[in-house]
Amino acid sequence: MKQKNINEIRFAFIQSMPVMLGYLFLGMAFGLMLQDAGYRFWWAFLSSVVIYAGSMQFVLVTLLSSGAGLLYCALMTLFINGRHIFYGLSFLEKFRTMGRAYPYMVFSLTDETYSVLCSLKCPPGMNEKKISFLISLFDQIYWITGSVLGAIAGQLLSFNTRGIDFSMTALFVVIVLNQWMDSKEHRPAIIGFLTGIAALLMLGADNFLLPALAVTVAVLLGLRSVLDKKTVLDKKPVLDKKPILQKKEEHTEKDEVKEV
Amino acid sequence: MWHSLAIIGVIAVCTIITRAVPFLIFGGKKEVPTAVHYLGKVLPPAIMAMLVVYCLKGISFLQGSRWIPEILAIMLVIVLHLWKKNTLLSIGAGTICYMILVQFVF
Repeated sequence: MKQKNINEIRFAFIQSMPVMLGYLFLGMAFGLMLQDAGYRFWWAFLSSVVIYAGSMQFVLVTLLSSGAGLLYCALMTLFINGRHIFYGLSFLEKFRTMGRAYPYMVFSLTDETYSVLCSLKCPPGMNEKKISFLISLFDQIYWITGSVLGAIAGQLLSFNTRGIDFSMTALFVVIVLNQWMDSKEHRPAIIGFLTGIAALLMLGADNFLLPALAVTVAVLLGLRSVLDKKTVLDKKPVLDKKPILQKKEEHTEKDEVKEV
Repeated sequence: MWHSLAIIGVIAVCTIITRAVPFLIFGGKKEVPTAVHYLGKVLPPAIMAMLVVYCLKGISFLQGSRWIPEILAIMLVIVLHLWKKNTLLSIGAGTICYMILVQFVF
């Protein structure tokens, strides 16, 4: 292999390292949860290969174990992963020019990959498209590896996994906290939280989420004149969402540049 | 098992749809509507806060002490995260604390 290729692979690997820690860990939690719900490791492998969406896969465990209806699953996915629509907006131009990798880049744009690609600065002389592709690919490999390892660990070691499902709660609490600290505008989070509680009390645990999500979208659109001071004026996309691994993404880019 | 496979298939297809939509709709030179930008900004925090409620939907404050482990573990996650700002530490410690509470204490 040419030296340039090795340098590019190594650079992409280093860029993806913060995601590696997060995905191996969260993937294992997901694999353990799935195994705990009675699904062996190849279910973890399958869902991480074809779905590949962290928070949605945690919800998947509850959908699988409750035998949820397909329409319900579809609507849940569209709502929960609806945020991906806004990630893609940042890469409309870039991904289009990536040829054969284009479909995979679109498929694999998770919260974490989005955050790494957003802050990616390639050293001169390196192929940025190739590095972007490698980062996306490495990230998914970490996620698959973590989820399979978690499921196998749950299968082999017969420790009591009761309560492991709390990792999903903890994940969402941490995401909310990160968003809370990164933004001065807290009303959307409060609206979502209160709407959720109100719908839960009125409709019960089994039916509240979809109506609550729909009401939240309606309320947010209705309050646009109040909440939206900036985006009406700005024409550029304003994406405040800071993915959960944002804090750890200051790498040693300068050191890498020297080695090239 | 077939139903489980169908659920995974449906979720996979719908996930791909959410990721492909911007490229299909705005891939040309069409201007992205400001309402879409606005939703992109305010919707993610609202949905994530609602997913916390979703995680807690099973607990009942009327039934004995079943809600105490949840509340204690969430408080630990919040305090730890505000203090150390380390995502993995907060999730890991919170989950282990919760597992100990439900397995040995409550």
